[in-house]
Amino acid sequence: MSTPSIRVVVSEDDFDLGTEAAALEAGPDTGAVVTFTGRVRDVADGLRHMQIEHYPGMTDAALTDIAQQAIARWPLSGVTVIHRYGKLRPGDRIMMVATASRHRDAAFESAAFLMDYLKSRAPFWKKEVTNQGEGWVASCDSDEAALDRWGKP
Amino acid sequence: MKLQVLYFAWLRERIGLGREDVITEAATVADLIAELRAREDRYDLAFSDMTAVRCAVDQMLMPLDTSLVGAREVAFFPPMTGG
Repeated sequence: MSTPSIRVVVSEDDFDLGTEAAALEAGPDTGAVVTFTGRVRDVADGLRHMQIEHYPGMTDAALTDIAQQAIARWPLSGVTVIHRYGKLRPGDRIMMVATASRHRDAAFESAAFLMDYLKSRAPFWKKEVTNQGEGWVASCDSDEAALDRWGKP
Repeated sequence: MKLQVLYFAWLRERIGLGREDVITEAATVADLIAELRAREDRYDLAFSDMTAVRCAVDQMLMPLDTSLVGAREVAFFPPMTGG
């Protein structure tokens, strides 16, 4: 298998899921492509918008590191990680991960791994602005616990 | 030494700025936090619950007892909530 591709994008702009998924289909070795897309969902108080802050100097490197860890663990032909920041509205896409491999198990597992690590190890913070006011989204203990199944370093 | 210190999310809001240069002889991140807390109430408040504070030294996640020898940039922020 040739060198796996890594595509990391951190941007205010939206992305095209179909284009991103198709880009991972390059090559006859790729038998499986798995994608996950995260979207802004409404909340009980009525979400006006979500503001996503990140750490510009660190974000790209942190996402690339997570992608490289996935490549070290599974036989992947490609990994894509896209995360938006700035002002997003309910229904907007926030982020996606996509993995490509010869077989589905590696693609599914590595996509779940990327999501679990991204939630607790990539420097993004979400603030919700609702009709009742605004507040930073708290991290969940379950997010940190999710890393345990991957043998958290 | 001169450090660039960055704050994100509610730490940025409580302290009232996103970045500043700090002249310090602090040996570790924890020492730096102690110096900052002694400055003003807004810093003291921001760092009052250390279970809710994470840090990066030169853009790598690090524990609070990390040495600052050779460090140029230290960032403080709450647990990450991406995804």
